Amino acid sequence: MTHRHDRTLNVGALARVEGEGAMYVRVRGTRVEEVRLDIYEPPRFFEAFLRGRAHTEPPDITARICGICPVAYQTSACRAIEAACGVTVDGPLNDLRRLLYCGEWIESHALHIYLLHAPDFLGYPGAVEMARDHRDVVQRGLRLKKAGNTVMEMLGGRAIHPVNVRVGGFYRVPSRAELEPLAGILRAALDDALATVRWAAGFDFPDFTHPHDHLALTGDRYPIEGGTPRTGSGRSFAPDAFERHVTEHQVPYSTALHARLDGGGRYLTGPLARYALNRDRLSPLALEAAALAGLGAECRNPFQSILVRAVEVVYAIDEALRLIGAYEPPDRPSVPVPPREGTGHGVSEAPRGLLYHRYALDAAGLITAARIVPPTSQNQAAIEEDLRRFVAGSLHLDDERLARRCEQAIRNYDPCISCSTHFLDLTVERS
Amino acid sequence: MAEGRPRLAVWKFASCDGCQLTLLDCEDELLELAGQVEIAHFLEASDAVADGPYDVSLVEGSVSTPADRERIRHVREISRTLVTIGACATAGGVQALRNFADVREFASVVYARPEYVATLARSTPIAAHVPVDFELQGCPIDRRQLLEVLTAFLLGRRPDIPDHSVCFECKRRGTVCVMVAKGTPCLGPITHAGCGAICPAYGRGCYGCFGPSPAWSGARPNTRALLPWLDMTPDETRRVLSTFNVTAFREEREEEQDHDPPA
Repeated sequence: MTHRHDRTLNVGALARVEGEGAMYVRVRGTRVEEVRLDIYEPPRFFEAFLRGRAHTEPPDITARICGICPVAYQTSACRAIEAACGVTVDGPLNDLRRLLYCGEWIESHALHIYLLHAPDFLGYPGAVEMARDHRDVVQRGLRLKKAGNTVMEMLGGRAIHPVNVRVGGFYRVPSRAELEPLAGILRAALDDALATVRWAAGFDFPDFTHPHDHLALTGDRYPIEGGTPRTGSGRSFAPDAFERHVTEHQVPYSTALHARLDGGGRYLTGPLARYALNRDRLSPLALEAAALAGLGAECRNPFQSILVRAVEVVYAIDEALRLIGAYEPPDRPSVPVPPREGTGHGVSEAPRGLLYHRYALDAAGLITAARIVPPTSQNQAAIEEDLRRFVAGSLHLDDERLARRCEQAIRNYDPCISCSTHFLDLTVERS
Repeated sequence: MAEGRPRLAVWKFASCDGCQLTLLDCEDELLELAGQVEIAHFLEASDAVADGPYDVSLVEGSVSTPADRERIRHVREISRTLVTIGACATAGGVQALRNFADVREFASVVYARPEYVATLARSTPIAAHVPVDFELQGCPIDRRQLLEVLTAFLLGRRPDIPDHSVCFECKRRGTVCVMVAKGTPCLGPITHAGCGAICPAYGRGCYGCFGPSPAWSGARPNTRALLPWLDMTPDETRRVLSTFNVTAFREEREEEQDHDPPA
């Protein structure tokens, strides 16, 4: 049925991603006719059932959108609700939020670098198989990941779905003495993080660049727990204008919505976008790491996103150490957030990219409407475009090798398909 | 190559990935475990997939689509032992909130074209579809409990997962009762142990993410006596019982309604 030159590639279930997805590619001769990333993760309807819940509930509920980046959901939710109620959380409480989020960046990036992505570069199906030949390397990755999880467990109570986050701050804040042991763990992790940069810099990267616009938060510091959305083309807008600049539309084959920038169309969010827009805000040590990795002012090769993640791990550890060193326990664990009628918008930088939340509250603080735009759905069009160009340049490969490279191209984005509403099923149809 | 080692499979249905991530979060034990068992199917960790049958299947997530309703039957057929992990797989999860609403209306809130989305009206636990050998509760599950369950099934014994409530763990941890000392509403008395009583240790009440206790003996706590003691309005009580384990806490919700019907 399949001709020699016309073919379809079909990866039925993507591995080493979070969630469930499939990929379909149709090729006619040398022309790539269609590329679809099909996120078939079952819809879970968070935006629908948040209606009628109290304004105090979204941090616990939206954490359940993703087990890998719950703090991102908790932070964007808190910031949106605080904005709706006219409350600003700053000073030591915001620093603690940033510290908890550093823990999530370290844990999530280490998971992606070592367990999900590196096996692609070294030719193993997964980290467990890789450990048979590179046990020390995998153990280093697990130590790094554990360091991030330890920060989350101390500050958040547990690493998956932390319990200590609330609208207005925390239920309980640590003493200086409680944070001190974290500093020792993080100082050791810094050596592992720098070794990770050196290790990943030695990988063989395909010569491939992408033309997408970027979208990331910007501000006084490298963006993690907040900031102002800004595009690579230089447009900047307040979080409450997000939906005027980013519009989502549904495609028939996916439960994740696609997002576009007004006037610009396709764009990229995540480590490459953050780095391009905020490189000068990295710490001196992280800048050194970027130089060690051979990164310039920006990185447009999605296969090198693993390098930028490794640099961000160095930054997150360095920043966590700075925050611990400067920590003075706040007078109270949270700021009161009395409900009022209104709408609030909240943004933060999940490890995979910008995460936007909006909530409308009634006078009693009950939620009347919720909107959540996760990074993976924003990146979906960019991933598809990369695949289209990558497949067009790799048609000499047989289906199995082509499918493998496509999966790798998707994993460059660390797509969190659970968020979008995880894994790749690839179909290549050649005719 | 893997002759003789028990074969482990990990499956995902509708969920957040947090429970299977718990296995990868066993940083100190993961490589040793991988030496003891053949990880034959674990898509989050490896694209090497060995065909079944499998000795132990860990199943995360609830059944919420027509395709998944068929897939869980297949997973059961190729699994000697099937263990569900987490609130989604054991009680339908947070996505079971649709069970008390009109799923078409839900879909219309999220999707411009709800007809493109294949979904069931209800999100149901795995045991509603196939026989389950053991259910491990939690949202997310606890790492220590997961290692105990895996060890037990690999050794061919019953897992030693205590049936008591969060209150026992709180006492063991030496945390002062937040309900007695501060009047903070706390679901600890009616919630299954396993997390280590984290919430009270962080100064908040338990929000019931491990579901009702005890799950196996059938002897539910005296919820009727306990709920009024929680010092919550009926709306607050209903909401806190209607989150991560909404279907598992159904009896408690009904008792609450008997006791104090909504205005």
